[in-house]
Amino acid sequence: MSTQASSPQTSTALTLESPTARAWRRLKARPSALIALAVIVLLIGMAVFAPLIAPYDPIKQNYMLVRKAPSWMHWMGTDEVGRDLLARVIWGARASLSAGVISVGIALLIGVPLGLIAGYRGGWTDMLISRFTDAMLACPFLILAIALAAFLGPSLGNAMIAIGITATPIFVRLTRGQTLAIKTEDYIEAARAVGNPVHRIALRHILPNVLPSLLVQATLTVATAIIAEASLSFLGLGQQPPLPSWGSMLNSAQRFLTNAPWMAIWPGLAIFVSVICFNLLGDGLRDALDPRSK
Amino acid sequence: MFTLISKRLIQLLPTVFFVSVIIFSLQHLLPGDPAMIMAGEDNDPAVIAQIRAQYHLDQPIPVQYLFWIKGVLSGNLGESMRLKVAVSELVTTKLPVTLQLALMAMIIALVIGVGLGILSAVYKGRALDSLVNVLGLIGISTPNFWLGIMLIFLFSVELGWLPASGYVSPFEDFWQSMRTTIMPAFVLGNAIAGVLMRHTRGAMLQALSSDYVRTARAKGLSERVVVIKHAMRNALTPVITLGALEFGTLLSGAVLTEQIFTIPGFGKLIVDAVFNRDYAVVQGVVLVTASTYILLNLLADIGYILVNPRLRD
Repeated sequence: MSTQASSPQTSTALTLESPTARAWRRLKARPSALIALAVIVLLIGMAVFAPLIAPYDPIKQNYMLVRKAPSWMHWMGTDEVGRDLLARVIWGARASLSAGVISVGIALLIGVPLGLIAGYRGGWTDMLISRFTDAMLACPFLILAIALAAFLGPSLGNAMIAIGITATPIFVRLTRGQTLAIKTEDYIEAARAVGNPVHRIALRHILPNVLPSLLVQATLTVATAIIAEASLSFLGLGQQPPLPSWGSMLNSAQRFLTNAPWMAIWPGLAIFVSVICFNLLGDGLRDALDPRSK
Repeated sequence: MFTLISKRLIQLLPTVFFVSVIIFSLQHLLPGDPAMIMAGEDNDPAVIAQIRAQYHLDQPIPVQYLFWIKGVLSGNLGESMRLKVAVSELVTTKLPVTLQLALMAMIIALVIGVGLGILSAVYKGRALDSLVNVLGLIGISTPNFWLGIMLIFLFSVELGWLPASGYVSPFEDFWQSMRTTIMPAFVLGNAIAGVLMRHTRGAMLQALSSDYVRTARAKGLSERVVVIKHAMRNALTPVITLGALEFGTLLSGAVLTEQIFTIPGFGKLIVDAVFNRDYAVVQGVVLVTASTYILLNLLADIGYILVNPRLRD
């Protein structure tokens, strides 16, 4: 009897569950995604509170401590001019994470409106935007980012712009595809029938339905952007010395592999951990936001 | 089938046009007057005027584009400002090196990615499946320049088995060529292997749960025959297509890998050009990689049409 009585309640509770609460419940059921989220929060905390938690000044050189192996004083060792590697890895998180997030922000800001316009308008507008997107996707990601960064000039800001522009077509294509599918739904027809202006339909009715897919893609693209920023900094086109960045730290580490391998291990590990966490979180979000999964 | 292929070719034209516009526009991103940049430290107004006339920089931008595209279509990609050599000549010298690397990387990626993907699907839900999934994720998430540095540390510095840098052509000394390229090829193939593994697993799982596999099993065929002859053959078609598309990623990845292993290929060419502000070379390399990518895309599409009987008619 009690089972019969509780069933309708459970079903009502499930029906009343908001999409956000449902997504969070599903995400919580995936330990790997939760651990990844916790590590990302930790990394962001490390980047934000770098001045408070870094044990030493990341750019202060000390020629008495050149290429010292990890010790109690310097947990990750020191680099070729005696700078503490732990401090540089902590401060480097600022460059890498901000590049990841800001460049994806740039890609979203340009890509989502273009995708909405292409998908909703159709016709020539769609043809032009789609072919331009195809053309950008035809240029390999890193090569285009390097070319853009080279032409804009080497700096972290320009690297972010270059990565953001290069990542834009992914979001144009995604938003366009989703808009095409959503715009034929009855509720969009209804919104149009009651006289809603185009921008209102796009922003109030279509965009909220595209957001889950955008969130998943954005999370995965942050991982790509972190690698791209590290690659550009490794080549000398991103963060400029003496400011720390994981990519530029690897560049200098390459020259001292024989006698100071620790210089290469820690920044590389930092990139790897942040990238794997964003990938795991993206995979988890994809499952959690998929309407077909339970 | 021919209608489908011609349609695909016509669809490509605007894409190719936009690619050329993007690459042409790159030089206009440069702050300042391109003629003054090309003149370098030479501030002589006569020299600057001569450069402006030579590169049609005194013409409106659409006219400049027409001159540029006319040159490109006739095989003239401009001249390297630093090396004073035609960009097309540089490209034809360096491209085979990168292609050798990319080909080796693709073989490594296919063997590892497809092999592990099949194993993972066959042993779905077991420990081996989880292990392969973790390996795939690690492969995708490892920055290839870090992997390259770590491999140099292990195999060159610590063990002394392989050379840390340099390149030998396979036509000069085949084994030495393999020794110099195996590490960079593995680094390049690693990320693609992860992607291929995930796709192979998905395609194999779908094939293994299909009706024709169930029928094959019901006929009493051994599991090995079912997997290899029935499921794998059908599952691998989209994976091979994806492999062709990933070739573009290999060209991208080669930029850093060649830099780390000091291989004189396409990637090293663009990086050196970037640092020497040799913009014609940068444009030429981007143009050739984009064209290669578009061509591979088209070949993958045609291949897909050829192997898929439903699209052939």
